Parts: sequence; C-alpha cells; structure tokens
Amino acid sequence: VLFYDCTYFTRKEILRLFYRYRDLAPQLVPLDYTNQPDVKLPYELIGSMPELKDNPFRQRIAEVFSEDGEGNMTLDDFLDMFSVLSEMAPRDLKAYYAFKIYDFNNDDFICKSDLEKTLNKLTRNELTEDEVRMVCEKVMDEADLDNDGRLSLEDFQHMIVRAPDFLSTFHIRI
Amino acid sequence: MARNVNFDPNHHYMEAGLESPMDEEGVHNSFHELIEEQTQNGGLSEALELQQLQRDFDEEGRDSVAFLSSPGRERWRGRQGQREDISEDDEDQLDPLIAERWSSATLRILSSMPSRTIGRSRGAIISQYYNRTMQLRRRRQSRPSIRDFSRSARPSIRGYGVETDGMEADNVEVSKRDHLVNNLQNLSVSDRVRMLRAMPLSVAEKSDLRRLALQKERRSFSHSQIPCCSRLKYYIIIAVRQSWYSWLSFLHSLQLWQVALKTVSGRFGTGVLSYFLFLKTLLFFNLFLFLVTGAFLVLPQAVHPPPPPPQGQVNFSGLELLTGGGCFSHSVMYHGYYSNFTLHKSCTDDDRLHNLSASNGTGAGCASKHLSYNMPLAYFFTIGMAFFITCIILVYSMSKSFGQSFRIDKSHSILAMKVFCSWDFKVIKKTSVKLMSDNICTQIKELLAEVNHKHDKKTVSQRLWRLVVHSLAWSICIGSTIACVVAIYYFSDYMHEDLRSRASSPTKYTLLSEARLLALPVVVSLINLLLPGLFNAAAWMEEYDSPSVRTYVAISRNLMLKVSVLGILSYHWLGRVAVEPQNLGLQCWENFVGQELYRFLLMDFIFTGLDTLFGEFLWRLFSEKVLRRSRRPVFDIARNVLELIYGQTLAWLGVLFTPLLPAIQILKLLLLFYIKKGSLMMNCQAPRKPYRASQMTTIFITLLCFPSFLGASVAVTYTMWSITPSSSCGPFRGLKTMFQAGKSWVAQLGKDNPNLSLLAWVHSYLVENPLFLFLAAGIFLIVIYFHTQVVDGQRKIITLLQEQIQNEGEDKKFLITRLQSIHEQKRTSNRRLTSQDTAC
Repeated sequence: VLFYDCTYFTRKEILRLFYRYRDLAPQLVPLDYTNQPDVKLPYELIGSMPELKDNPFRQRIAEVFSEDGEGNMTLDDFLDMFSVLSEMAPRDLKAYYAFKIYDFNNDDFICKSDLEKTLNKLTRNELTEDEVRMVCEKVMDEADLDNDGRLSLEDFQHMIVRAPDFLSTFHIRI
Repeated sequence: MARNVNFDPNHHYMEAGLESPMDEEGVHNSFHELIEEQTQNGGLSEALELQQLQRDFDEEGRDSVAFLSSPGRERWRGRQGQREDISEDDEDQLDPLIAERWSSATLRILSSMPSRTIGRSRGAIISQYYNRTMQLRRRRQSRPSIRDFSRSARPSIRGYGVETDGMEADNVEVSKRDHLVNNLQNLSVSDRVRMLRAMPLSVAEKSDLRRLALQKERRSFSHSQIPCCSRLKYYIIIAVRQSWYSWLSFLHSLQLWQVALKTVSGRFGTGVLSYFLFLKTLLFFNLFLFLVTGAFLVLPQAVHPPPPPPQGQVNFSGLELLTGGGCFSHSVMYHGYYSNFTLHKSCTDDDRLHNLSASNGTGAGCASKHLSYNMPLAYFFTIGMAFFITCIILVYSMSKSFGQSFRIDKSHSILAMKVFCSWDFKVIKKTSVKLMSDNICTQIKELLAEVNHKHDKKTVSQRLWRLVVHSLAWSICIGSTIACVVAIYYFSDYMHEDLRSRASSPTKYTLLSEARLLALPVVVSLINLLLPGLFNAAAWMEEYDSPSVRTYVAISRNLMLKVSVLGILSYHWLGRVAVEPQNLGLQCWENFVGQELYRFLLMDFIFTGLDTLFGEFLWRLFSEKVLRRSRRPVFDIARNVLELIYGQTLAWLGVLFTPLLPAIQILKLLLLFYIKKGSLMMNCQAPRKPYRASQMTTIFITLLCFPSFLGASVAVTYTMWSITPSSSCGPFRGLKTMFQAGKSWVAQLGKDNPNLSLLAWVHSYLVENPLFLFLAAGIFLIVIYFHTQVVDGQRKIITLLQEQIQNEGEDKKFLITRLQSIHEQKRTSNRRLTSQDTAC
C-alpha cells in the first residue's frame, strides 16, 4: 500500500517490478522486504536492463533517480524511476525529471554545454561542430524566455506545455 | 538608516584583490560551487538580504552594498579576472551579463533568487507543495480564493518571507514540512494520494510524509470522541475505497496485448504503436455495442424463437460464411428474425408453443404474473441508446485528445521541441535506436536548412510549375475517384437488374446464384485497395513544404474516396433497394441489406489480410532479391487507420439490420491485430519521416466521429424516420415507419395510465415539434460562439504575459548590472581611499 500511494502503479505492477528488480541480481536482493534492507544495485546492472541498454541517456536517467547520484539504485529509486516514466505520470512531473536528466552538470540550468552534450547523444555525434553550435543558439533563442543565456526549469516547462508529443515519447513500457 | 557602514571589511577586499591571478582555486566557475557553499550556510540568510536590499534600494544603494558583502566577506575569494576587464567597460555595456564578470557576492545573491531555487533543495519543493495543498484545501472548502491554481513552478515570495523572521534554516524546513503534513491530512484521501504521487521527491521522502500524515490522522482519530454513526460512515468509506482499488487492479490485469504492444513499440516507436492502440479502442467500442445488443435483443429473442419459415430448413454449406445467406438468413443474426409482438415468459410448460404464437399487441396468455418484453420497442430503443452512448463516448474522447494536442499559440520553438521531445524512450531494439538517431539527425539538419534558407524566395516560374504539378495530381485523384464511383453505380445497377431478372424467372437456388452476390463487395474492396496506391504514385511526383502537409493531403484524398464509395452504396441500399423491394422479389429488404453489409465487411477483411500477408511479403522479397536494396516496405499508418475507420463505418451502418454484426467486427479486429503485427515484424521497417503521434491520434478520432459515425447515424436515423419497413418480417412489420413503434408506445402509455399522460403530452410537443429542435440548435451555436471568444481572449492574454515575462527579464538584467556596477564603484573608491591612506 505504501508504494501504491507514492507511485502510479497498481499492486500487481509493483510486484512485477519487484521481481524484475530481483532478477537483475538474485543473490543480492532478498525476497522478504518487510525489514527494509538496505540493498543497492550498482549502475552496471541497471544499465544492462533491456529497456535501458541502448538508450543514450541511460546513465543520466540512473543518476537522476538514484539517491547517491552515481546510478546505484535501491528498490525505492527503481520504482520511482519507472513510475515517473509510466504513462500515468502527469506532464509537470515528467517535465521536472526530464529537465534534470538533460542537465548534465547538475547546476539546475540547461546551459550551452548541456545542450551540446544532449545533441551529441541524440545524434551520436553525427552533426558537425558548426551545426551543433547553430542548433544550440537557435534553441536558446527559442526557449530562453528571460534571456539569461540558460534554460531554467520554467523555460523548459513552458516549452513542454506546447509539445503534445512529450507525454507519449517520455515513456518507457515495462 | 541606522546601520554603520563598516569600512574594515574592505581591508579584506584589498588583500584578496592583491592575490595573484594564478590562484585558480579562488575562482567560482559555476553556480555549482556556490550552491554547495550555500547549502552549508543555509540559503535563507541571503534571501533576507535580498529583501532588505529591495527595501533599501529606494534610498541610496551604496550603503547596502557594504552590508551586502559583509556576511560574505570571510568567504570572498575575489574574481581576479575583473582587474583586467575594467578597461573593457565600454564593451560590456553591450552584453553585461557575461557570467565570468560577476563578483561572487552577486552570484550568491543570484543563486538564491526564488526562481533559481526550484528543484535544488527539498525545502523549496516542500514549500511549493505546501502552497499547492493550501490552495487545494481552500478550493475544496469553497472559500472564494482570488488566486487561481498556479501552474508555474515558482514558489511565492510570500512563502519565503513570512516564516524566516528569526528562524534558522533547518527549523524553517522542518516547520514547512509540518505545515505540509498538516495540509495533507486535511485533504481528502484521493486528493492526498494525487498530491503525493505528483511530488517530485524520492519515494523514501514521500513515504515519510505519508507516514507522518497517516500517523497524525490515526492519533486524532482515536483521541476524539466520534459518534458511532460517523464511525460507521468512515468504515463504509474505507470499505468502498478498498473495493474500488481491487476493481482497478482487476481492470489493469485485463490489459490486453500488453506484451505484443511492448514489442511493437520497442522496435517501431510511438507512431506505429498508435495504429495498434486505435485498433484496441475500436475493439472496445464494438465490445460495448455487442454487449448492449446481445443483452437486450439477441438473448430474449434466442430464448423465444419464432415459428420456423414455411420453406423448411436449408442445409448448411460452406458458402454461408461468405455470403451470409442460406441457413443464416433465418437466424438471430438478421433483422427479419425478430418478432414484432410482445414476448411472454410461459407460465405453464405445456402451453409454451401456444403462448408464443400469440397475436400482436398486449397480453394474451396467462393473466397471472408474467414477464413481458415488448420486442419492437426494445429494438428501437436499444439501437437508439447504443448510438447515443457511442456518440457521447466519442465526443468525450475526441475533446480530451483535442485538448491535449491543441496549441493555442503558434509554436515558435520547433527546434527546441525537436531536441528535447523527439527522443522516443520506448524504442528498445538496437537497430531501431540507431535508425531513430539517424532520423533525428536528418530532421535537425533539415530544420536548420529550412531556417537558414527561409529567405530564399521561389521564382515565379518555379511556383507556377509547382502549381501545375499539384493541380495535375489532384485532377488525377479526383478523376479516378469519380470514375470509380460511377463504375460502382452502374455495376450495382447491373446487379440490381440481374437480381430482378432472376427473381422474376423461377430458377432453382444454386450455389452460383448466391455467389454472384459477392461480385459487388469484391469490386468495392479492390477499388479500396488499388486506388490509394494510385494516389501515392501521384503524390510521389509532387513537392511539399513539409512532411506533415504531405500526410494531410494523402489522408484527405483517401478520405474523399472512402466517403464517396460509402455514399453511393448507401444510396443504392436505402434509395433503391429499400424503396421498391418487390422488384427484386425480396420478402425482406432489411435482411438483404444486412447480408450485403456482412458481405462487405467480410470481403474487406479478406482483402486486407491478403494484401498484408502477400503484398508486404512479396514486396520485401522483390526489393531484396531483385532490386538488391535493404529498404523494406514502410508501414503506412494513415492508410491503415483509414481502412479501420471504413470497416467501423460499415459495422455501425449494419447494426440496425444485423444485430450480431459487432460480434463479427470484434472477431475481424482480433484477427487483424495478429496478422498486422506478424507482417510488421517480418517485413516492415520503421517510418523514416517524423510522425506526430498525438496530433495524428486526435485527427483519427475526429475522423472516426465526424464523417464516419455521423454518416452512419444519419443513415440509420433516415432509415428509422422515413423508410417503410417490410411487411412480412422484422419487429416493425405493419408499421408505417420504425419510429412509429416509439410513438405508439407513448400514446399507449398515455391511454393506459392517465398519470403518465403528461409524458405523452411532453413527447408530442417537444420531440415531434421542429421548433423545439431549432431552438436547441440555436442555443448550442450561441454557446459554441461564446467559447470561441473566450479562447481568443486567452490567446491575447498569453501574448501579453509573454511580453511581461520579457520585461521582467529586462528588469532583472538591469538590476543585476546595477548591483554589479555599484559594487565595483564601491570597491574602486575604497581602494582609492586606502591607497590615499597609505600614501599619506
């Protein structure tokens, strides 16, 4: 019931996710969670899940949702991650976490270097330097409302509101 | 102002300023380090300063600068870079916001601004949600609140300022938390759950909050003296809630095809997935229709079968499945089977047959308790209700998805959205991921090229050429559509004549004669299959501004074809067959029309299946072996969805004549799902063009509602309103129109029961009077006009607010540069002072 109230999953789905979590490392994760053991799965295991394996942002996703910021996730973090990425999470919540994922240097702003890194990960370094620079400038022009040279969370949310596809693309089926 | 301006700290400035520029560790490069410092220090002391700064700014700003820097003086590690840059003052006026030029004190102030603390600290999130729960509580208690529900992520300044007097940072956070927990308790359970889920905190923190909220509630629960009836109420509420949760989990466990959808989306992305989701939606519509007609029509009639027809039983032969005729014609599948009298449950078993051959109208048979079921009325009302409820569900889902995907202001941020919103996280397969990266790369390059070359005007001759090509393509499409429609008209006429001639001359019933009926459906399905290919070929030579325009044009051409085909067929059935059925020798025209629709549905399914299985398979082999290209056929989403809509229109047209048609449609959709999925996995590749899934889904639902459902309901209404039912079969035999069943029942009701005569009076004056309908339509139009005006007004407000945000940004820039310049002036003046001192 605890997880049910805090995530967007039903009881059955939470159980299913727990078994998925356990399957990653059966020897580390006990079946009995009533004593709330402190178990953390290292990032390598999380990153090897088929849903995340080929995603270029998997490391950032794991870092954002993990407690220690390194990608090592407890069961709570695991459930939180898939709850936000499920189809029932509201747009504001998803926008908040998407902002954190794209903010590579964790300074609560998406600055030019964050944008460049995002772009390179999206296109697997296929764009030339000039093109990357032009795209970053244009994106800043378009999205930076208060003209401080960086995207704050508000700018990002304002842009997301006008993109109806965001809800369907920022979604992982598990 | 009673504050002393303390010059002592400036010593530290001086000394720090004399440090060598090589001392890199002192330089703040980003907000990151400041944030770390600040979280150690407690972020709210700077906020306090900021307020005081705001207060003091009206007076001379200089003194406050000293105060400003005093708390920071023990930490200040000067920005050495500023020494060299002082000479470049003129240049900076152009762009004074370069971050490296700010002093760390300014940076510290900036980093504690409310808009920048969002998401950084838990305290900020908690205070934000405290405000939201407060607003929600106020709303729920229906106290008038001037503020409306704020969508922005800014916590209000009020939330910061009020509680900081005399409190330390930690205490503030703790008390904020207590306030939040208090608020959470006072919300209703569903609100609380919704709030908890939407908070961007980790699950551990959320569970803490929840535990605290429930703990307090339990404590207060047990301590207070609750009267026993409200305790009972609480128990009932808890029990209801538990059962609701278990019902929800049951529904979730019935998730159909979850694994299949996941594999499809993992390999092909959201666009192709939307086709399969649309299929699932149609399946649920048909399931609902089937349950309604099954429960109210099929079941009662199946339990009380009418007497068998005079010509005896026809043997079952395989062709029945295709033509729907033969032994199926006298079965519960068709309209003609249904009795037109009130069915009674037998009171004695011996008299069962006796009772069933009772006369028309009301109660013959046992006078004592019996269950009567007025079949014609049930038929009329069931079909009417089913359509009405389907209409409501359709309009509701259409407006919901329209609201999600409609953008009030024209989007300027195309590139930004492409960068942040185009990565489809559902795609899992490695090759598909690579393909998606390539697609996004291409799209970004195209967008860049478009942006850079936007000023490239086309020459007049180029534009003329484009116009000529477009008009040529459109004329090909329209011409071929008209040709096909005329062909269908004449062919149906020919079949009509054929039937008539065979009816007049007494020939034996042979398999071939039944099979001839399949000719029209086959022709129509072939047209539906081949003509879109022709349209694609015509579109291939055209040149469009953007890929979405291309998609829209393709959809509209396809739609035009399907609408005209369905139009001519409806004319043929309702305008020719229904009006003079005796020419065709038909006892029962409704049965005939029902069978025709069954045949059409079936042929559509067979041809789609064959086209999918063989067409795509053969094309893949062809392109691999002969053309030696690795390009597989692309799954054309728009065309497939339009085919689904066409099939659904046929089903809706046919429900009146064939109550079991939804069941056949359900079977067809189930099989189609597996066929399409199998072929997709084996033969196709992901689409290369960008596909705006949510916009397309909205368009498809709108298409389902407007041409498709509206057309079907208009046809059904026309049938019920003005066409004479056949006199020897069906539940409406003997009546002038089907609508009369309802009318006569209301009149009967009024006669039998004088209390209900009011209902009859209301019915005759409201429903039958056209004036009332005109008035209702007029009122709806006025309401719609009013709402469009409201939307226009909101659009204007949005532009005004955007301007305001820009102005605020300018204000912020101004304040920051003023701060900075004052700070520098202070520094230089102090340096001058001290150098004077030392000089003296």
